[in-house]
Amino acid sequence: MGMFTVNAFLLLLLAIIAVVALRVHQLFALVMLSGAFSLTAAAQFVVLDAVDVAFTEAAVGAGISTVLALATLSLVPREEKPHAIAPLPAIIAVAAGVLLMVSIGDLPQFGAADAPVHVHVAPDYISGSAEKIGVPNVVTSVLASYRGYDTLGETVVIFTAAIAVLLILAGWTRAPYRRENEDRNSQSTRNIEDKAEDAG
Amino acid sequence: MQDDPVIRVVTKVLIPAIMLFALYVQFHGDYGPGGGFQAGVIFAAALVLNAVVFGLHRARQVWPMRYNLMGVSAGVLLYGGTGVWSMLAGANYLDYFALKADPKAAQHLGILLVEFGVGLTVASVMVALFFAFAGRLTHIRLVAKTAAHEAADTEASRAGDTA
Amino acid sequence: MSEIAAHWNYYLVIILMMLGFYAVIARGNMVKKMVGLNIFQTSVFMLYISVGKINGGTAPILTGDPASVYSNPLPHVLILTAIVVGVATTAVGYALIIRIYESYGTIEDDELAVLIDSDEDACERANTEPA
Repeated sequence: MGMFTVNAFLLLLLAIIAVVALRVHQLFALVMLSGAFSLTAAAQFVVLDAVDVAFTEAAVGAGISTVLALATLSLVPREEKPHAIAPLPAIIAVAAGVLLMVSIGDLPQFGAADAPVHVHVAPDYISGSAEKIGVPNVVTSVLASYRGYDTLGETVVIFTAAIAVLLILAGWTRAPYRRENEDRNSQSTRNIEDKAEDAG
Repeated sequence: MQDDPVIRVVTKVLIPAIMLFALYVQFHGDYGPGGGFQAGVIFAAALVLNAVVFGLHRARQVWPMRYNLMGVSAGVLLYGGTGVWSMLAGANYLDYFALKADPKAAQHLGILLVEFGVGLTVASVMVALFFAFAGRLTHIRLVAKTAAHEAADTEASRAGDTA
Repeated sequence: MSEIAAHWNYYLVIILMMLGFYAVIARGNMVKKMVGLNIFQTSVFMLYISVGKINGGTAPILTGDPASVYSNPLPHVLILTAIVVGVATTAVGYALIIRIYESYGTIEDDELAVLIDSDEDACERANTEPA
């Protein structure tokens, strides 16, 4: 019951943060809410016994990804143009949610110990981690040893992502785009320069 | 932020502690929560903090961009190289049992090497990403400044022509 | 009712997921889309971690006590790597947003669509009506 209360509270908090994030128009506030969402999610991962995942989510989601978003906001406008709720995307999202909820009934009960996912390879991993590998943290032994190929692939993916970002951003490219005829765009170009002056 | 002595001093105390904690998370990952992914991000956080407080220019003097490029590749290479080593030792790719005679010691060695490779890559990638994003602002400032100078130059030459 | 009691965690996670999904597919600000993607992605992680939870279990770090029950470590491993890959791909998204703003002067989806259309029209006119 204790876990139920804590978990339901955290999920409710997450839902509130997500709704506020959808409604807010200041992008700085939006990015901070995104960091708060990640941190609350990390707390929920601890409740669900995933301490390694919680650690990563707190360091990555609440830390580095917020820093990157703030760095982006130093280069783009900080306020969003207000939008009304778009009807078609809203209908699609609600319909997809309803379909998922209908089909989620086929999953085993939440927290059941005899669910298929718990009786297949997981017991081997847990016993093998103690007997064959001698590493108490089962997540580490599965990550680096049992599923070493998987982790190699993931490492190469972040390697590739870094190369992509460096290619997109680090080059000396042409000056910001100017359209003298259109007021709105020359306005925003001036915006960049003002910002650069402020920073300098 | 560079001028506030409290922030400067606190940052100088914190940065080595954060780096030490990253190393603890890296090498204690076998026994508690942690491992290469988390340690890499924490180590990068120390360098990002340095850049935020002391400025990107100073941070790039401490940790040049080429360190990141070397780190990104060296980590992947270390991971892949561990697999090649186990192949040379006569087993399958990334099968650590062949690395040493004692099976548990062999697994420990393999996991240590692989996790270190992951940590190296993740730390370098995160610092490289931050440098790329923060460096873009400097770049735009330079472009704007050059454009302003050019405009001033043409203005001056036009004024000279009319005179 | 018992159905909802058995799966309550999944239902709440799906609501979160759809909030993020709406932010991604609705036309709007691109930074907001990225934050929506982050919410969507984190909710999917929660779904995975919920599947791995066992009632009365503990974190999968061996204690040496044979009676202890451990939650399933496999979803933890998959999600652990997915989080780091997620932030790397998010960074690519933000980099593209910066370049789009530099080229078009806006990061609003609908304004961008108009600008790209007018650019294409201008190109077409330049091609069909030689000066």
